[in-house]
Amino acid sequence: MTSADRLLEVSAISKRFGGVQAVRDLSFDMARGEVLGLIGPNGAGKTTVFHLLSGFLAPDGGSIHFEGRPIVGLKPHAICRLGLARTFQIVRPFPHLSVLENVRVGALARRPGMADARSRARAVIEQVGLGPKADHAAAGLTLAERKRLELARALATEPTLLLLDEVMAGLNPTEIEAIVSLVRSINRAGVSILLIEHNMRAVMTLSHRIAVLSFGEKLVEGEPSRVANHPRVIEAYLGEEYVHPSAG
Amino acid sequence: MKWLVAAAVVVLLALPAVLNSYAVTVFIFIFFYAFLGQAWNIVGGYAGQLSAGHAAFVGIGAYASALLSVQAGLTPWIGMLVGGVLSAALGTVVGYLGFRFGLRGFYFVLLTVAFAEVCRIVALNTDAVGGALGYYITFTGNPRQFQFQDNRAYYYVALGLMLVATAVVAGIERRRFGAYLIAIREDESACEALGVDTFRYKMLAMVVSSFLTGVGGTFYAFYLFSLQPNAVFGIPLSVEIVIRPIVGGAGTVLGPILGSFILSPLAEAARVYFGQGGWSGVHLIAYGLLLIAVVLFLPQGAYPALRRLWIRTSA
Repeated sequence: MTSADRLLEVSAISKRFGGVQAVRDLSFDMARGEVLGLIGPNGAGKTTVFHLLSGFLAPDGGSIHFEGRPIVGLKPHAICRLGLARTFQIVRPFPHLSVLENVRVGALARRPGMADARSRARAVIEQVGLGPKADHAAAGLTLAERKRLELARALATEPTLLLLDEVMAGLNPTEIEAIVSLVRSINRAGVSILLIEHNMRAVMTLSHRIAVLSFGEKLVEGEPSRVANHPRVIEAYLGEEYVHPSAG
Repeated sequence: MKWLVAAAVVVLLALPAVLNSYAVTVFIFIFFYAFLGQAWNIVGGYAGQLSAGHAAFVGIGAYASALLSVQAGLTPWIGMLVGGVLSAALGTVVGYLGFRFGLRGFYFVLLTVAFAEVCRIVALNTDAVGGALGYYITFTGNPRQFQFQDNRAYYYVALGLMLVATAVVAGIERRRFGAYLIAIREDESACEALGVDTFRYKMLAMVVSSFLTGVGGTFYAFYLFSLQPNAVFGIPLSVEIVIRPIVGGAGTVLGPILGSFILSPLAEAARVYFGQGGWSGVHLIAYGLLLIAVVLFLPQGAYPALRRLWIRTSA
């Protein structure tokens, strides 16, 4: 990978919360246009990695470069303006505002004029399939709609890299299928995507590469098919006896 | 809606022709407190940062223009801008401490109250500004000194202040600044993730709000002609400023005005009927009851409720 293709370079970042080493010496790269899946058991440190990348937490050590620029120490809003946007695992819509007003806040990041931001917001709302709900208050949306809203708001900031934190959790299979094709179309439009997801089928179909985290460390990184059958991955998820059935 | 507002302004402009002097005074209080409520509305209503120490800005503005006028002969028409700038400087300090160190909710309330109390105690103990005796302005009736023989002149000045502040708020609401403030009130972390520099916009809201409130201090000084630290910096004035937008609808353009039209006559009536014989605190009890009722039944204030009613009946 030449440095021109390299969108994100994470090298040796760590984060400790008291006695818990949430992320340990984690390094990985992302190429432009790539979809990288970040998987691992609960508590592996995936969301902490998102907080570190988006500036909501500062790493104890290590460096993060986005488009060749160091971003450790920047505030979340500054990182967003550089083109790295995120969603929250627990969605945080502005409850009293309409869907359109919610998404407009994101669009204003690149389009300071209200009318311009509004039309950008409308387009994104159509893109994620929330068109009929544009004027509804966010508080009244279903979970599936809130996940779409969360995605739409981040997308409205016109990112080059989008961090999606479990946008499919809690959705039914039909809804998941719809989000998978939405994420794919966003990626085809040129947005790179870093995906935290527990739904394996979705991660396997969407990701070009997958990185597996366990107890804050990277176990394996590679193509989906290789990662899925890797003994250390199976061990991390299911326990040692599944790797060596004869021993158990 | 536009025509309704225009008609209301015309009526208010014509009203002094038919009102007696006492009624004019009541309207002056309505306008002035609506103005202060509107100034508070920017940081407290739109940005959702509950300042309970806005009296500090009234006091700074009042003392600044009064002292400049009496000691240095500076016309209060300029002094009111100086007072606004000084208040904005204090607002910058309070905002910086509160927002940089992430004081939210009650902690921010306490910080703002503390600053107002410090101002009050400093004024009480500074002989150069009259100390506990207060500071008095000699009445000259000279319009250049912001003094008027005719009560109706104060009426128009107060009306003008209210309209200017309302125009400022309406302008903010229509722009990105306003959209960001409302979003900050809803969820600050989500705002940061969407590229909103929350610190910067909260600071801006605080500066504009404290500037306007400081300008109002000049009106206070040159309408009452006496400044008492306990009154002009006191918690009761801060409460008067906060309660009108909350009752009328915080974070709406017309909320503070509606709130003032509801509460200022109520306060005046309580003063007239209960002012003597040890009943002087009764209007505060009425405020308390009204506030409980508003929180219970109209948590967003009277204006949003009226609007819903209007939409329902006209549909």
